[in-house]
Amino acid sequence: MISRLKTIYLAIIFLFLYAPIGVLIAQSFNESRYRGHWTGFSLKWYESLFQQDKIIDALQNTISIGILSAIISTILALITCLALREIGKNFRAMFMSVANIPILNADIVTGISLMLLFMGMGLKLGYGSILLAHIVFNVPYVMLCIMPQLMALDKSFYEAALDLGASPFKAFTSVVLPELRPSIVAGFLLAFTMSADDFIITYFTRGAGVHTLPTEIYAELKLGIHPEMYALSTLVFITVLIFVILFAMNRKKLLNQKEENF
Amino acid sequence: MFRTIGIRNLFLAPFCIWAGIFIFVPLLFMFYYGLTTPAGNFTFENILMIFQTEFFYSLKMSVLLAFISTAVCLLLAYPLCLILVDRAKSAGAIITLLFILPLWMNSLLSTMAWQTILERDGTLNQILRLLSLPDFTLINTATAIVIGMVYNYLPYMVLPLYVALTKIDKSIIEAAKDLGANTWQTFYKIILPLSLPGAVSGITMVFIPALTTFAISALLGGGRILLIGNVIEQEFTFEYNWNLGAALSIVLMIFIVVNMALTVFFENSHEEEKN
Repeated sequence: MISRLKTIYLAIIFLFLYAPIGVLIAQSFNESRYRGHWTGFSLKWYESLFQQDKIIDALQNTISIGILSAIISTILALITCLALREIGKNFRAMFMSVANIPILNADIVTGISLMLLFMGMGLKLGYGSILLAHIVFNVPYVMLCIMPQLMALDKSFYEAALDLGASPFKAFTSVVLPELRPSIVAGFLLAFTMSADDFIITYFTRGAGVHTLPTEIYAELKLGIHPEMYALSTLVFITVLIFVILFAMNRKKLLNQKEENF
Repeated sequence: MFRTIGIRNLFLAPFCIWAGIFIFVPLLFMFYYGLTTPAGNFTFENILMIFQTEFFYSLKMSVLLAFISTAVCLLLAYPLCLILVDRAKSAGAIITLLFILPLWMNSLLSTMAWQTILERDGTLNQILRLLSLPDFTLINTATAIVIGMVYNYLPYMVLPLYVALTKIDKSIIEAAKDLGANTWQTFYKIILPLSLPGAVSGITMVFIPALTTFAISALLGGGRILLIGNVIEQEFTFEYNWNLGAALSIVLMIFIVVNMALTVFFENSHEEEKN
């Protein structure tokens, strides 16, 4: 009885979470361009997707800003974390709290204050200002990923490498970096995701004519969304879904392998 | 890991410069605009504008809706996480992934999909009509905004709570049961206090974005319900009164700082209890 109640509860939440996604996917196959009016199945929005220059532009901006901001924030975060490891506990806590300000603050406050900064510096709002803003909020996310693993790292391996005659750079790249790889990859992916999904900060720091996908969607909302946008979102969602399924399957395989080894 | 303190400081320098320019100076700009007139004279007038009827109403509405959404998220997330943790061994990982997956749909689009579901001839009413049930129209009401907030921010409650619950040692729960505690007592005396830190960070992660959103209210409130985020956004993009917009953002920051102070205070007292 109770286990059936639990399943029903899971199903209700599941329905709540996936109902809008179902609606969006259905709209991407809808013949009519007006949402909520089903006139028949069609693939035409997928066919015309790549002729919608605005959407493709926004997609390119989203991807390139995502990758660039993730790379730069990962490098900055890694350098900072390395230094923070060797600094006193209280100083470290202080630095971490300062670093966290952009993610603890409300997006609207971060966005507006950065906009005021860019305008005050006389920087033209556009691609560059969006990129800078994304690095600002991505650095703390990457630091939160790298710091715990770096703190747990055993320094003696690095020192052993130095004793054996490796240069500090060589010792770092061949001893420390491989140990940190999982958290660096996690930080990079998190940063890319946060960048690609950000709306509010981009909204305030972008200039006329430059859009990422979220701001392009918001701009279209008033006049009616191009149905190609539903098609694109469906494609993104399905891609992620496939990755998740592959991951889940591999995880099982990996677990089985591990068990066999023991 | 560095040969000298100088080299260490060289590694720390980029971040210090970075934080100065992109974390502190922007906030200074914000305070400058909020505390001056367009001509540049010092004034408190912009800040005091929050007490004007329409602005104060927006702020009250934002606090109320953010509070309700946070409470609903908390009430939905606890049973959900308990069930997920319970199933962790079998299909739990996949189910958990399925609950994170919706985050990959653009949140503006899925909020707009709620518009399609909730409007007068929307999906929900079409289903209700098929079942010969009475219509109810939720679009452009406070309820619709709360639904949108819960939809968008529920994962931020689920994740920290789920992590906190997985960390609880199962043997403690078994011990409580062996000693005769019923399910409710086990929850109230063991699970709740041990998972409270997760719940507290979940509350912060839901309350602040819900308090400051302007997209959800614009999409599901139909322009009838202006939250404080909408008011600020309009001052910057429509009214072009940056001084007022910055001042209202400072008021929002007061809420954020109070919220963070409460979290830190709670975490500290929790740590002390543990020790």
